[in-house]
Amino acid sequence: MAMSRERIAELLGGVGYVADRELPVALQLMDMLGRPLLLEGEAGVGKTEVAKALAAVHGTELIRLQCYEGIDQSTALYEWNYQRQLLAIRAREVSACDSKAVEQDIFSEPFLLERPLLAAIRRDNRPVLLIDEIDRADEEFEAFLLELLSDFQVSIPEFGTVKAKSIPRVVLTSNSTRELSDALRRRCLYHYVDYPDVQRETRIILARVRGIATSLALQIARMVEGVRKEDLRKRPGVAETLDWAAALVGLDVKDLHDDPTTVHETLRCLLKTQEDRARFTPEISARLLGRVA
Amino acid sequence: MGCAQSDAGDLNQASARMAHRLSGFLSTLRNNAFAVGLKETEDAAQVLASALASRPAVLRAALKALVCARRSDWLKFDDIFDAYWLRRGMRRVVPLANAGRAMKQAERRQLAGPEALQREAGLGEEVATSNGDADRNATPPARMQGAARAERLSETDFRKLHDPEAIAEAHALAAQLARCMRSRLSRRERARLKGQRIDLRRTIRRNVSHGGMPIERMWRRKKRKPLRLIVLLDASGSMSLYTSVFVRFIHGVLDEFREAEAFLFHTRLVHVSAALREKDAARALDRLSLLAQGVGGGTRIGESLAAFNRWHAKGVIHSRTCMMIISDGYDTGTPQVMAAEMQQLAKRCKRIVWLNPMIGWDGYAPTARGMQAALPFVDLFAPAHNLQSLAALEPYLARL
Repeated sequence: MAMSRERIAELLGGVGYVADRELPVALQLMDMLGRPLLLEGEAGVGKTEVAKALAAVHGTELIRLQCYEGIDQSTALYEWNYQRQLLAIRAREVSACDSKAVEQDIFSEPFLLERPLLAAIRRDNRPVLLIDEIDRADEEFEAFLLELLSDFQVSIPEFGTVKAKSIPRVVLTSNSTRELSDALRRRCLYHYVDYPDVQRETRIILARVRGIATSLALQIARMVEGVRKEDLRKRPGVAETLDWAAALVGLDVKDLHDDPTTVHETLRCLLKTQEDRARFTPEISARLLGRVA
Repeated sequence: MGCAQSDAGDLNQASARMAHRLSGFLSTLRNNAFAVGLKETEDAAQVLASALASRPAVLRAALKALVCARRSDWLKFDDIFDAYWLRRGMRRVVPLANAGRAMKQAERRQLAGPEALQREAGLGEEVATSNGDADRNATPPARMQGAARAERLSETDFRKLHDPEAIAEAHALAAQLARCMRSRLSRRERARLKGQRIDLRRTIRRNVSHGGMPIERMWRRKKRKPLRLIVLLDASGSMSLYTSVFVRFIHGVLDEFREAEAFLFHTRLVHVSAALREKDAARALDRLSLLAQGVGGGTRIGESLAAFNRWHAKGVIHSRTCMMIISDGYDTGTPQVMAAEMQQLAKRCKRIVWLNPMIGWDGYAPTARGMQAALPFVDLFAPAHNLQSLAALEPYLARL
């Protein structure tokens, strides 16, 4: 029933996600053990991409819940359609129904707005549920989520208990702005998404940027690796690398050594704070460029 | 669980041997502060019985995903795996300084054992010799005998506290103070609760009988975040007279505040919350001795602050955070570093309180270069040489 890791790795490659060696194993375990997967890592290393790729691999829908401070059940789980409820009450007023029947009626399926979590457990074809940046949500929400992830059922007071039609594949991501509870961590499989090494980053660039030469992709990956080793406030992620690669392709740069000025100018794709930009003098970029073969 | 149910006896034996090896591995992990429970054991057995166990590298990746729960686990897992299964490198990874945070309640107990004692002189030892006995005498904590005595004690400069009984009393007072700071805060929180947004779901429900006309309105209240207190305690030589009292104070703060974190610094920064959350003071000190080596030496406040900003600030500071730095401001680093880091810190958090035990001394002026550099970014610069001066902080914290 669970796909083998080789097959997963192959399919991931097919949908343009270049995985490290350990990720396919974790994805296989997800299905085997029925546990959610918790992804941690610096911003911009492609945590969200994992969920997207996973949905593509299994050919299912991706349902995304973006967490934020103060997120609550009505935005995450379900909400009643109030406007419609009010209209319905008014409409029935004319026909003089008794209020019990009205109440029964307006708290029924057509008035229910499903939000990501409810949607995820009411699909027939196991969707991928991406709970993005769980660390931004409050502790209370995390506890609620934990309950949902173990039972996969939701009770709506006016409506009854909704049981999962199929258990979604759950991927959680965290940027560790807050320490997650031990209970949640224990419930999940864990994968730390690190910055890719030169080889993998080259493959990512080749997979994602159209019309780029292999030699240039390799140079870019080497250069970015050098930039990451500098003492920066914000190290560039994979997304930034791709931006930069696209910029260089757009400017028709064939080889980084041809045009050091353009290289330095376009480094703004990688350096996102004013401080980092100020620190990154042309001398530093020339030095890094010198190390790129 | 679904093990290779082979009829061949030796195959069975082999899988039994593997299961035995696996349980040995899991207990090694437990000793290294991994949270491995029954469910994990079960799942690990399932992994072992599956095709994933065919190659060591794949088995390693699978078990890694299963038992790791955080980055620190992730980083040390490979070494432990290789040491156990492939007999490579060391046999046991001793939890290091920053693993303290990763440790779970259950593991804490083990640590106070022999290994803790073997460690060379750290803070625990220093504190233990100066007031270890006092701490033991202090349980149950010495009750204050009337207000008058407490009053006198709270005015005594910490430096003059040598008598163990007096120290114990000081500790009890510190804990009490921390408690009263906290209760004040939560009361304020409740008083502030008022409806801000209308709760449509409840309103409609209530007003179905009025034909949907919202006559009775229900409100949603916004919950206020509790104030988070982060304490950075200078544990350098120049502060040694005060260190033990403040450690006890921080212990009280961590116990009583809903959200608090504590760090010690001297020449480097150590996150000590996990160690200090230990209920038993003596055990907490044992754990501290593991973490804080080199206490009582020089001070590099600037670099310690830099380390805090770089590695911890993102995780522990939120919009309602108050930083409390307890230090005399004698810094062996450059004032420029200190100023830059203080500026960074001031940008992130709501308030910075700097407690300086020296202010209580007669004729003290903040002339230390480090102190000078830091002052522009400090919201409250207050003395902390006796308990009364700490008590004076309470209204300030309650206002935040």
